[in-house]
Amino acid sequence: MSTAANSSTPSAARRGFLALELDGDGGHPAAWRKARHTPAELLDGTRVRATVLAAESAGFHVATFADGALPPAADSLDGRDIPGRLNALQRAAFAGPITGSIVLVPEVDTVYTEPFHISTQLASLDYVSGGRAGWLVAASDQAVDAAAVGRSFVSADGLGREAAASIEVSRRLWDSWEDDAVIRDVATGRYIDVDKLHYVDFASTVDFASTAGAGYSVKGPSIIPRPLQGQLPVLAPAGLLSADQLSAGAADAVLVSAPTPELLAGEIAEARAAAPAAAVIAELDVVLDARGQSAAGRLAELDAHTPWQSSRARFVGTAAALTELLGSVLETADGVRLHPAVLDVDLEELAQLVLPALRRRGVLAPQQPGSTFRNLLGLQRPASRYAAVSVPSAANN
Amino acid sequence: MADTHIGNGFVPSGQLQLGVFFQGVNSGTVWKSPESGSQTDFESFRRIAQTAERGLFAAFFLGEGLRLREHLGRPHALDVVGRPDAQTMLAALASVTTRIGLVATQNTTYNDPADLAHRLSSLDLLSGGRAAWNVVTTDNAWTGANFRRGGYLDHADRYVHAEAFVTTAKRIWDSWEDGAIAETPAASAWAAPGSARPVHHGGKHYTVDYVPRLPRSAQYRPVLFQAGDSPEGRDFAARQADVIFSAHPRLDDALSFRRDIVERTVKAGRGANDVKIMPASEFILAATPQEALEKKNWVRSLQIGPEQAIAYLEQFWGRELQGFDPDGPLPDIDPVVEETSETRGSGFHGAKAKQLADQWRAEAKDKGLSIRQFVSARTSRGDSSFTGSYTEVADRLAEYARTGAVDGFNISPWLIPTGLDDIVNHLVPALQERGVYPTEYAGSTLRENLGLATPVRQDNADTVRLRLTVGEQLL
Ligand SMILES: Cc1cc2nc3c(=O)[nH]c(=O)nc-3n(C[C@H](O)[C@H](O)[C@H](O)COP(=O)(O)O)c2cc1C
Repeated sequence: MSTAANSSTPSAARRGFLALELDGDGGHPAAWRKARHTPAELLDGTRVRATVLAAESAGFHVATFADGALPPAADSLDGRDIPGRLNALQRAAFAGPITGSIVLVPEVDTVYTEPFHISTQLASLDYVSGGRAGWLVAASDQAVDAAAVGRSFVSADGLGREAAASIEVSRRLWDSWEDDAVIRDVATGRYIDVDKLHYVDFASTVDFASTAGAGYSVKGPSIIPRPLQGQLPVLAPAGLLSADQLSAGAADAVLVSAPTPELLAGEIAEARAAAPAAAVIAELDVVLDARGQSAAGRLAELDAHTPWQSSRARFVGTAAALTELLGSVLETADGVRLHPAVLDVDLEELAQLVLPALRRRGVLAPQQPGSTFRNLLGLQRPASRYAAVSVPSAANN
Repeated sequence: MADTHIGNGFVPSGQLQLGVFFQGVNSGTVWKSPESGSQTDFESFRRIAQTAERGLFAAFFLGEGLRLREHLGRPHALDVVGRPDAQTMLAALASVTTRIGLVATQNTTYNDPADLAHRLSSLDLLSGGRAAWNVVTTDNAWTGANFRRGGYLDHADRYVHAEAFVTTAKRIWDSWEDGAIAETPAASAWAAPGSARPVHHGGKHYTVDYVPRLPRSAQYRPVLFQAGDSPEGRDFAARQADVIFSAHPRLDDALSFRRDIVERTVKAGRGANDVKIMPASEFILAATPQEALEKKNWVRSLQIGPEQAIAYLEQFWGRELQGFDPDGPLPDIDPVVEETSETRGSGFHGAKAKQLADQWRAEAKDKGLSIRQFVSARTSRGDSSFTGSYTEVADRLAEYARTGAVDGFNISPWLIPTGLDDIVNHLVPALQERGVYPTEYAGSTLRENLGLATPVRQDNADTVRLRLTVGEQLL
């Protein structure tokens, strides 16, 4: 195709970003059978280093890290596919110092984890990555996660409220130190200005789960100064948070899924309408022609081991056709998150064929070393909601 | 000369290890010095950790506090305040270091066992077997106000709870069979069926029903440190820990602490040398004794200025003492509280205020100390500080190695991020010349570098004995 012609199309003005999910050996449950390392080598730092560096040098803007218990694959034998996973936030933290431009976004559960810990851990991730951290909010609907911490199971209608409460606690804790709270004033001996630290006094009013008792409260302030970005960008799957929560700014971006690539455009438009201020990120499973094998052939081979069940749209085909699809999705979405079937195989094709083509078309945001996740999303660095000079947006809270 | 005989079959190793305690909150660092860098920037942590690794330190250590310390009802303004989450920071340091151990202080009261065990396991695997957990049991409701569970734990139960917690964590770490994971992607299954055992715990404080998600690491499971000095804390360490982070660095005190721990360890059915001891310490060193002394005075003047001295007393008096001259005698008015509060951190908890004030006034008068001199002597790790020339201090430390009083020291640098430079450049070589410090890392894991034995699986030899000692029911 002619890149010259494409680079002058009107849609080239719109520049989006690409995210890559880096869990395990890839999105397909049988991906490990095509990996270029032994199974045990998956669960260590060497592997995290290799994949995140490959993603960064391929030109991905964002790396995401899935978390939680791995659901046993349907009709598979016990232990047939990977049952283990390193903590997502720690994988992201490990990647922080060795990367320079890629944004690091771990998935963190909001239902069975302590909000105070989550907030501190995410703020710390922002520090160790130089402001390249984000939070992909998850709300576990797994009974096993409830059992692990001995709490009663939170059913579907409670998930959004748990998630929203947890986001609110974190946001308040991130704001609980104003930016200039650390003053190190030698003359008065004061390390901090106490007037710039704030109790968050969060109290959830909802009764989260029928048997779990009432909500909870968190006093604050945070035990760590305000994150470098002020507020980390928060990503949530569309449908988790209510329209009210979204319009109140609970999430900075929503991830949308559709059953097929053709139906994605409709979902993107719907998400945009529901949360006009949030970025919209489309989810896409990807299987590419590779190593002399057709994508369909590769998928059939993997599926013969364990079928890949996913609620995301799936692209199966050539690098050129994927380039076309991504070009068109990025005309309406702010970003696309790719879930390659097999990281060791599909990432190579993406790096060599797809991303260079998209860059030539001018549809990708430039990679900027040292820049923050908020920069990538076009978000201002907000003032703390507790800052004495009140800003108009503080009224929303 | 102290009686150096430990008894009970204890054999001094003749060796010392060093750890570095990156202090996040305190008056221990001289932040007022122009040379002092950020306490939160990653570069400070990287610099300290990499310098320590150059000095063959066994461990990089982070403390924890889950509520901001307060002073008279407001966050404390005078000391360093605020620090990153330990495990997140250590995971980041794991990618820029290769040998040094990574120790996270984590509380058993405000965590869930399955979650904490999983995160520690992750850190252990990410770092290639270099993770450790410093188990603390700080339990006040004041800290609990930051957590869903709140202040649900009775102080008397803190170690019953901690022991059930640690036992559960160990079972989680032991739950995957060795060799369960396939050797090649061509295998029929990723892991042998049934190779991960679910872990159940049902007890007074919590219930855990969990399918562990990670195999054992290169060092089998995270090394366990313990910090907590009560008799219950010492017994807990004797049963469960690999290393005690102690508050007993003075030689005579260290020797009697060692004797006590050896006795408890043997009573718990373990070997006399099984629990290592590393006290918290501070080093103020220079080329000559005279220079070191001058340096010490300078460090102390920055650590405890007039404001810090008054504030320190206010914490125990429970009232403002701004009218008192820092260079004058201790306040003649009495505390307005019965007990000192925990809001300034665990070290300040629960002392009888009036009694303490009387005692201090008498002591200060006796020694002719001003407020500032008195506070300075009490804080800044007066007891735990080693001041002198490099060779002088190396000689003193060699005596600790010879007697087996300690297995090493956990050093708190008073300057961030360059405070380890003189220790690594001068003290370490002096210790090596005396044959009491390693000249290379013994191995790639923390367990190897500390000379610890491979742990026995929790569900084999240990279980029967633990059933008898743990105050909670093991299912
Ligand atoms: C050397 C030392 C260091 C400690 N560091 C911490 C710490 O970083 N965070 C914390 O919460 N408690 C810390 N503690 C406090 C103990 O955890 C606390 O005293 C204990 O858990 C209560 O037990 P105890 O009554 O046996 O002392 C430390 C204690 C000692 C002796």
